[in-house]
Amino acid sequence: MTALFNFPGGIHPPEHKTESNGTPIRALPLLPHYVVPLSQHLGKPAKPCVSVGERVSGGQMIGTPEAGVSAAIHAPTSGRVSAIEARPIAHSSGLNGLCIVIDSDGEDASITTLPPPHEDREAQLARLRTMGLAGLGGAVFPTHIKLAPGRHENWPLLILNGAECEPWITCDDRLMREHAEAILDGAQLIQNLIGAGQILVGIEANKPEAIAALRHAADTASRSHITICPVPTLYPMGGGKQLTYALTGRTTPSGGRTTDVGVQMFNVGTAYALQRAIRHGEPLTRRIVTVTGAVNTPGNYEARIGTPIAALIAAAGGRTSAAHGTLIGGPMMGFDLASDEAPVSKMVNCILVKDSQNFPPPAQVLPCIRCGACARACPVSLQPFEMHWYARAHDFGKVQSFKLFDCIECGCCDYVCPSHIPLVSFFRYAKSEIWAREQEKDAADRARVRHEFRSFRLEREKMEKAAKHAAAAKAKTESAPTPAAMPAADPEATRKKAILAAAMARATEARKAIVPKNTEGLPADKVREISEIESRRASLLQSVHDSIVKEEEEESSPAQKEAP
Amino acid sequence: MLDAILILSTIGLILGAILGWAAVRYRVQDDPLVEKIDAVLPQTQCGQCGYPGCKPYAEAIAKGEADINLCPPGGAEGIERLAELLGVEPKPLGEGLEVKAKAIAIIDESTCIGCTLCIQACPVDAIVGAAKQMHVIVAEQCTGCELCLPPCPVDCIHMVTETENIQTWKWPYPVFALKSVAEKAAV
Repeated sequence: MTALFNFPGGIHPPEHKTESNGTPIRALPLLPHYVVPLSQHLGKPAKPCVSVGERVSGGQMIGTPEAGVSAAIHAPTSGRVSAIEARPIAHSSGLNGLCIVIDSDGEDASITTLPPPHEDREAQLARLRTMGLAGLGGAVFPTHIKLAPGRHENWPLLILNGAECEPWITCDDRLMREHAEAILDGAQLIQNLIGAGQILVGIEANKPEAIAALRHAADTASRSHITICPVPTLYPMGGGKQLTYALTGRTTPSGGRTTDVGVQMFNVGTAYALQRAIRHGEPLTRRIVTVTGAVNTPGNYEARIGTPIAALIAAAGGRTSAAHGTLIGGPMMGFDLASDEAPVSKMVNCILVKDSQNFPPPAQVLPCIRCGACARACPVSLQPFEMHWYARAHDFGKVQSFKLFDCIECGCCDYVCPSHIPLVSFFRYAKSEIWAREQEKDAADRARVRHEFRSFRLEREKMEKAAKHAAAAKAKTESAPTPAAMPAADPEATRKKAILAAAMARATEARKAIVPKNTEGLPADKVREISEIESRRASLLQSVHDSIVKEEEEESSPAQKEAP
Repeated sequence: MLDAILILSTIGLILGAILGWAAVRYRVQDDPLVEKIDAVLPQTQCGQCGYPGCKPYAEAIAKGEADINLCPPGGAEGIERLAELLGVEPKPLGEGLEVKAKAIAIIDESTCIGCTLCIQACPVDAIVGAAKQMHVIVAEQCTGCELCLPPCPVDCIHMVTETENIQTWKWPYPVFALKSVAEKAAV
């Protein structure tokens, strides 16, 4: 048992865990359609690698990861790609996102070649890059990047995050109860990949069954370095930095990550998915989702990625009569779902149907009285009341000086504010404005560099041209053709010119002789149109004639060609 | 008395020498104000201010020849930042200038004749192509200055306004009622 530390602040919201954690995880029947969003992870969206009409197998990669931070996506079942288009997705913006729609063929055939278990570290890492794993705790950061070689020199400690501090959500609880063995196996695989020496599993004390299940699974000789650590039930214990502090007493520096203090952290769901990927060759095509709140049979469901949320709510017995609105995630950090048609993505851990009893309409927002309750509740020891002031006044420089980017948006300040000020909304607004400005600034800097280079290039070209002309002029004066040489070329040129002139004259005569047969008795506008065309043709002929003459002249005196 | 004069003048001479050396060694070549103004300008290089680029406009502002309200891509916010930098009052955008939504230029590839005129007009070299070959605009580098539109002989370039998507979406400014009027009325 390791010593425990108390992070500052934190709150005790009503837990509401028992509504959904009493029943085992249920599977959903195969659905006729799956809508797989291309952007399910942090970073760049995946790039579709199938076309409309193509047949796909279950587990086949349908979106390849872009360079940088990105993850692959896979077909949840076998069938046909019926569309690649913008559809409603579960995103806080409520905007549509690009999705691949798969019409199931009912066979649910998986890719047939089940790969053998990989023991080699490099082979495991290579495999994980194509498995589409992303942090299932909610941040959905691509897992293979966290495991990438060259980044794990100083991570002696691996923490599995099973705190699940957010009210209502029980998907990790049920997963730990039912798949403790696989989770610990996954943890050991991660440990080998990052070279960690010790594994801690942090679980909030309100999940005794999960703690017992994991302790039972860890009770073997080969798992003596795994410690199951119950931690106090205090929101936001599941925050990476908070759990790290609670278990180790190490404070993550401002603007840093837990890896800066030698800790790498994975959600228990991610460890389970990683175990499935390495031991069974299964890409991430399904996850556990808690469906709770104002539904008739709340519980946890194993949903394929791409399952419409409406289908999950229907599987949970549908909404009760008191239901109004749906949250994705929990009541503290979740966001309102714009459309039930949106599919389950890798970040959807909970579908919380609201009712007016547990989710009354937002109270009247009153002015800040500077009571400091938010600062006392803040788990990062920020001063939300000061930050709110500056964010509200769009003073982004000032709000950043109060360490805005250390805010984990846990919502503790909102929860305790006696004036019901939506503080986190202000912080999110300020953060996204600052990011947008930084991007604009980068774009402006790039444009400045390109413009300066262009100016430099034009100047250089001008200089080069001038130098060339000067050299040519010099060469001309040095080797000017002698007067005797000029007349020698002349007779040939005059002969050619005469031949050309004769040919032109003949052609003109021949053209004059031709009388168009369909130009008699035309209306005046047509006649005018024809005469316009004729005049254009004449000028074109003249220019051709001129250019031929000019060519002749230049041919006769090549030195002139060089001159400007 | 003499000692004191000698000591003080020696100190003065040494300090003077150091200051003189520093003035030569750390001389600032460019006008730093121009750089600061240039950093605030949006670098579209569109020339709507009447100067051939953002840097010349910055120089003109620094010299006091140009007003601060001539940059439409910078918008009201840009004017505000210039005013703050220069310690003057912000003012509305100059007459005849209007703020447009951010857009980028797109070449209609089926009508492009490959004349290279737009390539010569682009201030940031964002157009790729060769004579009698189809041209294309690199979207990430386009500043939306519209300078390529007039030279095109076949009008194959048009501006496309950027639409909001998941990647560019920003959290909105929180809006809430300061007083619930309906409730008050009911009471």
